[in-house]
Amino acid sequence: MSSTSTTAAGRAAVPGRLAAPAPGTRILRSGNRPGEAVVRVLLRLAAFLSVAITVGIVLSLLGPALDFFSEVSVVEFLTGTRWTPRFADASYGVLPLVTATAWTTLIAIAVAVPFGLGSAIYLSEYAPDRVRRILKPVLELLAGVPTVVFGYFALTWFAPTVLQRFLSLEVGPFSILSAGAVMGVMIIPTVASLSEDAMSAVPNALRQGSAALGANRMQTSLRVVFPAAFSGIVAAIVLGISRAVGETMIVTIAGGQLVQMVSSPLQQGATMTTFIANAALGDSRVGSLEYNTLFAVGLLLFFLTLIVNLVAIQLVRRFRQEY
Amino acid sequence: MTTEPTVHDAIEMELVQKHASRPEVPETPTPVIQVEDVSVFYDDYQAVRDVTLDIGHNEITALIGPSGCGKSTILRSLNRMNDLIRGARVTGAIRYWGQDMYEPGVDPIEVRRRIGMVFQKPNPFPKSIYDNIAYGPRVTGMKVDDMDAHVERALTRAALWDEVKDKLKQSAYGLSGGQQQRLCIARTIAVEPDVILMDEPCASLDPIATLRIEELMAELRDLYTIVIVTHNMQQAARVADRTAFFTAAIDPQTGERHGELVEFDKTTTIFERPADPRTEGYISGRFG
Ligand SMILES: Nc1ncnc2c1ncn2[C@@H]1O[C@H](COP(=O)(O)OP(=O)(O)OP(=O)(O)O)[C@@H](O)[C@H]1O
Ligand SMILES: [Mg+2]
Repeated sequence: MSSTSTTAAGRAAVPGRLAAPAPGTRILRSGNRPGEAVVRVLLRLAAFLSVAITVGIVLSLLGPALDFFSEVSVVEFLTGTRWTPRFADASYGVLPLVTATAWTTLIAIAVAVPFGLGSAIYLSEYAPDRVRRILKPVLELLAGVPTVVFGYFALTWFAPTVLQRFLSLEVGPFSILSAGAVMGVMIIPTVASLSEDAMSAVPNALRQGSAALGANRMQTSLRVVFPAAFSGIVAAIVLGISRAVGETMIVTIAGGQLVQMVSSPLQQGATMTTFIANAALGDSRVGSLEYNTLFAVGLLLFFLTLIVNLVAIQLVRRFRQEY
Repeated sequence: MTTEPTVHDAIEMELVQKHASRPEVPETPTPVIQVEDVSVFYDDYQAVRDVTLDIGHNEITALIGPSGCGKSTILRSLNRMNDLIRGARVTGAIRYWGQDMYEPGVDPIEVRRRIGMVFQKPNPFPKSIYDNIAYGPRVTGMKVDDMDAHVERALTRAALWDEVKDKLKQSAYGLSGGQQQRLCIARTIAVEPDVILMDEPCASLDPIATLRIEELMAELRDLYTIVIVTHNMQQAARVADRTAFFTAAIDPQTGERHGELVEFDKTTTIFERPADPRTEGYISGRFG
């Protein structure tokens, strides 16, 4: 320890650092870090841009869609059961397309949720490390298979071999069932992989706590891990639903083109996306009513997906469990 | 929720009376668990070797020793929690009321139902306080006539009832660390185990919460057999009837470190007249 006098001297020797400053002097230099400012601007730009692009897309849908609704009433559009925009006595009831979309989505989810969650529980709770290390990447790879491939798979194998030959169902080559089921297969990896992530993130301490109370592995998986991962699992399923609602290729190839109210999955039917894909390829004049229908249906698709996501956010909030 | 004070008062009386009428620690324990020549391996590594000790009925047994000497390893082998660790293997015999709990055909889940465990870090489930307690009885299919009363009893025994009785439906994560640890004890009590294993249950708690848990252990000793791992010498001296001192020694032939049991005796003996100089060194070093 140095004596007070040397300390005082030392202080005096480094003015502005150790000595008390004269009142009113500004010691702290104003910070100017140009690099940081640039990065911040760039990041902000990226954030705003992605929001702006999304808003822009919606707005670009909005213009032609509004033109459409100036000629066709919203009520007629949403409740009509005849969709014949190309006929001479054109009718713009969107329900046939909506029912087809609802059916394919429902079937896809009915396939994807049990298989997806089953594989997620297996991978996260039962599979030996080695198996998981192999299966997980394979699953993620499957999620990247182009949807056209699934479309042809439905058309050339699933419908004729599985539905017609094995199950002896009364279906043609095109059906809502075939498109929906194969779409479900397509979504399984998404649901499985994301749910597995959520379940693996649940701390082992909870599993041990459950085991120490005399719970078996199934009970631990279903009553501790599953609820703890629930919000992540909901997110996975919702992403699956969103993909199903918006999926275009499979339904266009395997669901059929016939526009009709779908009341049985054995029927064929055109979904909203089928219609958009076909109409977009057509030769309708820009600004014509037929052209504008595209945007009206697109806007409806957007709102449906939005609603699904809003419901999901609510669910996730309600069931969020921290650990 | 039934909140008539009778359940609570009865248990409190029971605990107080039992505590007052506690007899001297007998020279040799009446064994609930007999550990005979037990070694535990992680793959090929022998983490602890040749441990022999008896866990006495309605006693608190403390396992002490330097870090890495295998206290947790031995503790986990007492209710087959080691089964959950890949590569872990137990040799020798561990008998529970005379029956080898590792013999073929024994269901580890049944073992854990009777021999519960409380962990170092409180690990309540992300559920309500009530559901945390009710979880064990539900999954083990216990016959519980009145779950509300059952939950109240478990929480009362864990000295937590008064603090949580108005928020049973709230998340267990709203509780403080010390309360969460008592909740974990209550959760263990709720399946009515015979033995409770505790691995450094106070390690993440402040001194006051620690004392509350110690008080609680002293109260519970008359109803349960408790085995506790602790790094806190005073804690062992305060609560344990018997103490086992472990250390890790390097095998001169292989150069590997193995945990081993140095000395096991009544706590008073271990702390006042230890037979082994290593015990004495460890304890006096710790006490300063
Ligand atoms: N899961 C495991 N896999 C492999 N080795 C392990 C495992 N758990 C413990 N070990 C090893 O076994 C030995 C004993 O570890 P253990 O955790 O039982 O010690 P401990 O006495 O509880 O230590 P601490 O006081 O630090 O908790 C250590 O050498 C450790 O590295
Ligand atoms: Mg330990």
